[in-house]
Amino acid sequence: MPEKRKHKKKSSSKKRLPRKIEKSKTIIEISEMHKWFGSFHVLKDINLRISAGEKIVICGPSGSGKSTLIRCINRLEEHQRGQIFVDGMELTDDLKGIELVRSEVGMVFQQFNLFPHLTVLENCSLALVWVRNLPKSEAEDIALKYLERVKIPEQAQKYPGQLSGGQQQRVAIARSLCMNPKIMLFDEPTSALDPEMIKEVLDVMIELAETGMTMLVVTHEMGFATAVADRVIFMDDGQIIEQNNPKDFFEKPKHKRTKLFLSQILAH
Amino acid sequence: MNDKDGQNKMNNIDHQSLTPPRSEIGLLGWLRKNLFSSLSNTILTVAAIGFLLWLLPPLFEWAILDSIWMADSRKECWAKMEVPEGAACWAFIKDRLGLFVYGFYPMDQRWRVDLSFILLICAIFCVLYEKLPGRKFGLMFAIAFPFITGWLLIGGFGLELIETDKFGGIMLTLIIGVTGISFSLPIGIILALGRRSNMPVLKSLCVMFIEFIRGVPLIALLFIASTMLNFFLPPGTQFDLLMRVLIMVTLFSAAYIAEVVRGGLQGIPTGQYEAADALGLTYFKAHWLIILPQALKISIPGIVNTFIGLYKDTTLVIIIGLLDPLGIGRASLSDAVWAGLAKEVYLFVAIFFFVCCFAMSRYSLWLEKRLSTEN
Ligand SMILES: Nc1ncnc2c1ncn2[C@@H]1O[C@H](COP(=O)(O)OP(=O)(O)OP(=O)(O)O)[C@@H](O)[C@H]1O
Ligand SMILES: [Mg+2]
Repeated sequence: MPEKRKHKKKSSSKKRLPRKIEKSKTIIEISEMHKWFGSFHVLKDINLRISAGEKIVICGPSGSGKSTLIRCINRLEEHQRGQIFVDGMELTDDLKGIELVRSEVGMVFQQFNLFPHLTVLENCSLALVWVRNLPKSEAEDIALKYLERVKIPEQAQKYPGQLSGGQQQRVAIARSLCMNPKIMLFDEPTSALDPEMIKEVLDVMIELAETGMTMLVVTHEMGFATAVADRVIFMDDGQIIEQNNPKDFFEKPKHKRTKLFLSQILAH
Repeated sequence: MNDKDGQNKMNNIDHQSLTPPRSEIGLLGWLRKNLFSSLSNTILTVAAIGFLLWLLPPLFEWAILDSIWMADSRKECWAKMEVPEGAACWAFIKDRLGLFVYGFYPMDQRWRVDLSFILLICAIFCVLYEKLPGRKFGLMFAIAFPFITGWLLIGGFGLELIETDKFGGIMLTLIIGVTGISFSLPIGIILALGRRSNMPVLKSLCVMFIEFIRGVPLIALLFIASTMLNFFLPPGTQFDLLMRVLIMVTLFSAAYIAEVVRGGLQGIPTGQYEAADALGLTYFKAHWLIILPQALKISIPGIVNTFIGLYKDTTLVIIIGLLDPLGIGRASLSDAVWAGLAKEVYLFVAIFFFVCCFAMSRYSLWLEKRLSTEN
């Protein structure tokens, strides 16, 4: 059954290419960026250039600043020094600019963060109506389309509390995709899930990767990294220590700290 | 023996679902389970039944069976009873009902109050009943309602002007209660959001306001309203006493609502804010669509509690010379023809307040239950 579904999806996924994306056009550029929480220096001199369509996996020990880094990209966190450009727009205090950037950047959280008082369909169509100003019926059509893509159209009328963790996370992905974002950020999307649900979420993400979406994924799922990532970034202590293609990253880590980290997670 | 029992139980596992044993169902089962489940429960049940038997029949006799509904004076009332003073004399309340409902509103204009009552019921229905077809227009009507009623009751623009010092009784309670309730909720929400804002000036203004109002008794605020406000207003301005009371009562309850809502806002996980932000919703839209619906739902018991408090506090206006039902009742008692019927008056006023407050309380329970089955 899953096999069959996958097949169907693949043939139709071509049609649903979210946007024509020119490869190798820079879509995110971070230069000499620093961030402090109070006096605590969380991110130190981050330099990162990401091309449209690239898939980046970020890993590193707990507290190394991975979440903070990707949250800076849609300005859920403010940076204090350096520059961040997203799709040609610099992130500054300008509120209008930030809302524009946010509507172009989807984000999926570890804890799903679905809106519990709204149905699955309303969760997905909400931003289309209130940010994109689409009429309700059109918004719901789009929402249903993406719920089909994450394979849960039949749950549309339920409330998030009635779904399993894996289903909730897929709804969260659909909710972000509805906005037709150029970039998708994932902050440990499978960490809060039971093992048997991890795969269903990763499958959705792999399919999404095949459509050419630019993706930044904080995860410790090394299988996913090997299969999908163009680049793996290792962070420690607020710095980018090492980045490489997955093959070289896992087989020939250069840095001592990377080796230590890899040996620890592989030991699990 | 034991072994055999155990075996039987084991065998039962294969059985299909059975009807529960007789002791669990039916009236007897219910009685046993709820009223006589243990010795202490049985004692409590018997004591409670005894208390009710002691209290209810005499009360029923006094208030209903033996009560007098037709009389022109207290003397006549008592003359009609087997034992003088042995039963309720509702004729008094009947005689004064107009006063209790309309206060001193001119007799020939009372239709305006009646119409306002009807409009009030429609407006409440429009706001509270969500399945109403064309609810949008219903809500628009509800928003226009205070202004329509204000014009209807006070007059002007074609209607005879009526001074607000003629207002009284149930009508006055409803005016103060409904105004206080419908304006203090939005003001309270704004204050709560202001208190949580990260703009320091706005935040401290809200904190100061809330703490000041909460730190001063309502009676003191009403005295301020009736005497001191003149100091702050330019000399010569006429500022209606009722209007001042309305403002004070609204602000008073808004401060409490603000704290209740703030508690609700604190119960919303930051993930909800972040998800709303990440979708590109503005501050206003995120609060309107995501945060407030959830926060208000958590706050319903506290909000309704505050409203009930406000509604009952309307009786305090008596001290600055406005006559609500309680005030009307007390004034009526000084009438020599009827004096001495305090029990009837206070019971009547108590029942009036109880019915209103109990309705609010039931509605809030119903709303809570409906919202919790929703998710
Ligand atoms: N709002 C905040 N205020 C102060 N310190 C914070 C805040 N958020 C995060 N930190 C600190 O910043 C550091 C980096 O946090 P971050 O959440 O980015 O780490 P992470 O790499 O995502 O870790 P994890 O794998 O545990 O999610 C941590 O030491 C954390 O304690
Ligand atoms: Mg993290």
